[in-house]
Amino acid sequence: MAEIIVVTSGKGGVGKTTTSAAIGSGLAIRGHKTVIIDFDVGLRNLDLIMGCERRVVYDFVNVLNQEANLNQALIKDKRNPNLYILPASQTRDKDALTQEGVQTVLNELSESFEYIICDSPAGIEKGAQMALYYADQAIVVTNPEVSSVRDSDRILGILQSKSLRAETGAEPVKEHLLLTRYNPARVEDGEMLSVEDVVEILAIPLVGVIPESEAVLKASNQGEPVIFDESADAGQAYSDTVARLLGEEVDFRFLEAGKKGFLKRLLGAR
Amino acid sequence: MSIFDYFLSNKPSSASLAKERLQVIVAHERVKRKSPSYLPQMQQEIIEVIKKYIAIDEDQVTVSLDNDDNHSILELNVTLPDK
Repeated sequence: MAEIIVVTSGKGGVGKTTTSAAIGSGLAIRGHKTVIIDFDVGLRNLDLIMGCERRVVYDFVNVLNQEANLNQALIKDKRNPNLYILPASQTRDKDALTQEGVQTVLNELSESFEYIICDSPAGIEKGAQMALYYADQAIVVTNPEVSSVRDSDRILGILQSKSLRAETGAEPVKEHLLLTRYNPARVEDGEMLSVEDVVEILAIPLVGVIPESEAVLKASNQGEPVIFDESADAGQAYSDTVARLLGEEVDFRFLEAGKKGFLKRLLGAR
Repeated sequence: MSIFDYFLSNKPSSASLAKERLQVIVAHERVKRKSPSYLPQMQQEIIEVIKKYIAIDEDQVTVSLDNDDNHSILELNVTLPDK
């Protein structure tokens, strides 16, 4: 049986797809057979972030409608043999997703994969609910910013009431907080919510903190998940996150700003 | 923040303001989320009944439902107008 992990957030633009690509790649790098599914039907982007946009022939909805089989739709990653992508349809809307259809696809994938990463669309509507319904674990991607934190709390409420695990009274979905676009210098200046603040408000275990980094845009420009950039802070932070997901204890890094000189600090330069 | 800002202002940082606002709104929304869906309509009907007898404003009535382990408490709070 595969472990199904949904990457969700409520709010858009916080880094769900970047995170899905990085975490899925990280699990594959560590030898786990992993598939990442783009649930954002109508607005697919995982293919671009993974750099396989020109190799998409069939998609998730084709498989749901039995117009193609899974092997035709799955795209094998060129960097890692353990990694596959199931792209979303670009021409349909979220209504193309049905609970039974999604379950059939997930069951079939479960037979040959260890991890299934579900990249959720933004919002709390059907697409987002489909992405999280069958999840065993949830990575709640949050920016240290008021609207993102509030939306994350909202999506946690949905995980706790509208997932299969909640509806059947099974063991609840395991929740993980992933804080992204974290800027320690601004936190130190009292301009940004700190890790501790967000953990206190959302009250779920922290799985990772990804610093705001130029490497993320560079990675998406190139279509290469940022975790492959081993020299980048964001890439290393995602590697740590993957290790924690697999149960390892890893110290948190990149939580403090680089030391500023006394004069710079005195004059308020950044 | 420079040393000049430090001496010029003693306002709370914007981050602590954000935290405070979030704590209030998130707590409020969690309570609402846990309350049953019939609550708003029930509240409305209770208000209608009270209005028949006493002139009150709608915002002077609060209805809340708290769940403990084995019992629920329906709390109704009406502020009566001054005579």
